Amino acid sequence: MIAKRKTPREIFALGAEAVVEGALLAGCSFYGGYPITPSSEIMEAMAARLPKTENGVFIQMEDEIASMGTIIGASMAGRKAMTATSGPGFSLMQELIGYACMTEVPLVIVNVMRGGPSTGLPTSPAQGDVQQARWGTHGDHSIIVLSATDVQDCLQMTVTAFNYAEKYRTPVILLLDEITAHTREKITIPSPNDIEIFSRLQPTMPPEWYKPFEETVRGVPPMPPLGAGYRFHYTGLTHDDHGFPTSKPEEVESAVSRQFRKIDQFFFDIQIVDEHRAEDCEMLVVAFGSVARSAQLAVDQARELGIKAGLLNLKTLFPFPRGAVEKVIGNCKTILVPEMNMGQMSREVKRVNDGRCKVKTLNRIDGHIITPKQILDSLRKG
Amino acid sequence: MAEVTQIIHNYLRHDKKFPHVFCPGCGHGIVLGSLIRSVHALGIPKDDVVLVAGIGCSGRIPVYVDFNTVHAVHGRALTMATGIKMANPKLHVIVIMGDGDALSIGGNHFIHAARRNIGLSVLVLNNFIYGMTGGQCSSTTPQGDWSTTTPHGAMEKSFDLVNLTSAAGANHVARGTTFHVKTLDKLMTNTLTKPGFNFLEVLTPCHTQYGRKNKFKNPVEMYKWLKSTAMPLEAYNKLAPEKRGNRIPIGVFQEREETPLEVSYENMRKQLRGA
Ligand SMILES: Cc1ncc(C[n+]2csc(CCOP(=O)(O)OP(=O)(O)O)c2C)c(N)n1
Ligand code: SF4
Repeated sequence: MIAKRKTPREIFALGAEAVVEGALLAGCSFYGGYPITPSSEIMEAMAARLPKTENGVFIQMEDEIASMGTIIGASMAGRKAMTATSGPGFSLMQELIGYACMTEVPLVIVNVMRGGPSTGLPTSPAQGDVQQARWGTHGDHSIIVLSATDVQDCLQMTVTAFNYAEKYRTPVILLLDEITAHTREKITIPSPNDIEIFSRLQPTMPPEWYKPFEETVRGVPPMPPLGAGYRFHYTGLTHDDHGFPTSKPEEVESAVSRQFRKIDQFFFDIQIVDEHRAEDCEMLVVAFGSVARSAQLAVDQARELGIKAGLLNLKTLFPFPRGAVEKVIGNCKTILVPEMNMGQMSREVKRVNDGRCKVKTLNRIDGHIITPKQILDSLRKG
Repeated sequence: MAEVTQIIHNYLRHDKKFPHVFCPGCGHGIVLGSLIRSVHALGIPKDDVVLVAGIGCSGRIPVYVDFNTVHAVHGRALTMATGIKMANPKLHVIVIMGDGDALSIGGNHFIHAARRNIGLSVLVLNNFIYGMTGGQCSSTTPQGDWSTTTPHGAMEKSFDLVNLTSAAGANHVARGTTFHVKTLDKLMTNTLTKPGFNFLEVLTPCHTQYGRKNKFKNPVEMYKWLKSTAMPLEAYNKLAPEKRGNRIPIGVFQEREETPLEVSYENMRKQLRGA
């Protein structure tokens, strides 16, 4: 088992393979999925690796709905579970993502975005699923959505995704783009001793005292695996703290608001951003995924030209890192949001900016990468 | 009788969830009774039982019983059950679905779970109709019958669940009814003990939605119909085909001994690890 390795090691890997390394490091022992480009490499690597581990399970399901269903079941049975998909598959998963939010079942869904809508552009880069990741399922709910910039980051953010899922008893979505997932780079796989791994809290009280959806200080109740002696009811219906369906207004209100609060009150823990030359910038680029990589080069080139540019690379997309954006927009004249969609992230930036400075968009939806030059040109225009 | 009631009480969440939602005369409670008696007779600890259901009246069953219970989403109970069983093969995973849940919206998962021959006990409560949503046509509504969405009579042919499940690859396939309760108990116990995909179709009356529209005046008429229509498979097989009419055979239709998925998976894992 890889977890036994004591020293870090270097490999030359695809972003997709780095996701698998990260998942295994984080303790993932269950993968259920259905192939779709450009995410299939994650599934294939899992198929090769998991059966070789002590209790790892890999199962190819009949569709993405079934994939989501199996990982929910596996997580209820105590496993750290994951699936990966792209556009159409992600759409199919939405009802069950809502179920996982409602039942507070931890799991990780990797979505390697492709162009859309519909079958769209299968192997071309896009970032069109930002708002679907946030609001794809029906109803009001909180959710955690992360992204990654490069291959090393794919590993790191997968570990983070599992940690958040377990810590907050929630599905976590890792949004990658095709460029990140299909780039091959040298990465370091850390020794398991060097990374922090979080596993869901287990109840310590006797079963008769246990309430599976109890209000706690952190808002996150402990979650035992099925079969451990804590018999309770999971349902997608709005439920009371014992898990039984309820429509009493006070119980509904408290159940739904706890589900929001358990994530929202930990903004400081969940919001990960990388700042690059942003301290004194007058022009701020807000980007994520492979676009942030182009933006970093563009910012450096702009600085050489005397333009005070900076970059905010969002690793957490939701809850939207409001604090981090607000902190830097103080000195800014312009914020530039380059993204491979028609403006799904710039909506969030505009909302937070609330008219304080100019927000410029740079959108590309032709299945091609946003180049450093495009971003630089836009920065030069001011 | 008192003793039976006593046993059942030991398994219900009677201080929490009663009165229940089922209509008088509904067969769903009879199936639950049979399930509890079988679990009890087999001595399976409550903690080892995971009862997973989809959505529909049948989907409401788990909330009343003191097992590990999961009320999934419409049509997807088998997907979650697959995850649970593969994650922990020691658990007794029992899946309860309505005909609409299992065969209409969940049809794809159903045939694939049977094909995988994964170790689940799968109960389909076939009342020929969508009960919970008000009596719409299901993929088991007999051709020509009435429902709110077939006001001119059902045009489409219906599934034969027994044939479908056998063809898909299940190890064990059986059919019972809520009238023939003793037989049902036997079939149920069988369903809970055999390895691999273990399927039991239970014909059960929904007087409220199906009966009313199809000339059954009351629940009793529906049970009478079950009594006169269902007959043991062995006797049915002896009947000349032209005499079978619309009689429905009940009993065990398929028994295979193929290795369940979770067992072959464990074997592969051992082999790969050189154990
Ligand atoms: C995705 C989805 N589509 C539709 C529904 C509405 N719905 C709830 S129960 C049901 C049918 C139930 O019929 P059946 O499975 O035969 O169970 P019964 O109520 O007869 O026991 C439908 C269509 C739903 N809950 N979810
Ligand atoms: S509507 Fe039909 S299936 Fe539902 S509880 Fe009533 S009788 Fe039973």
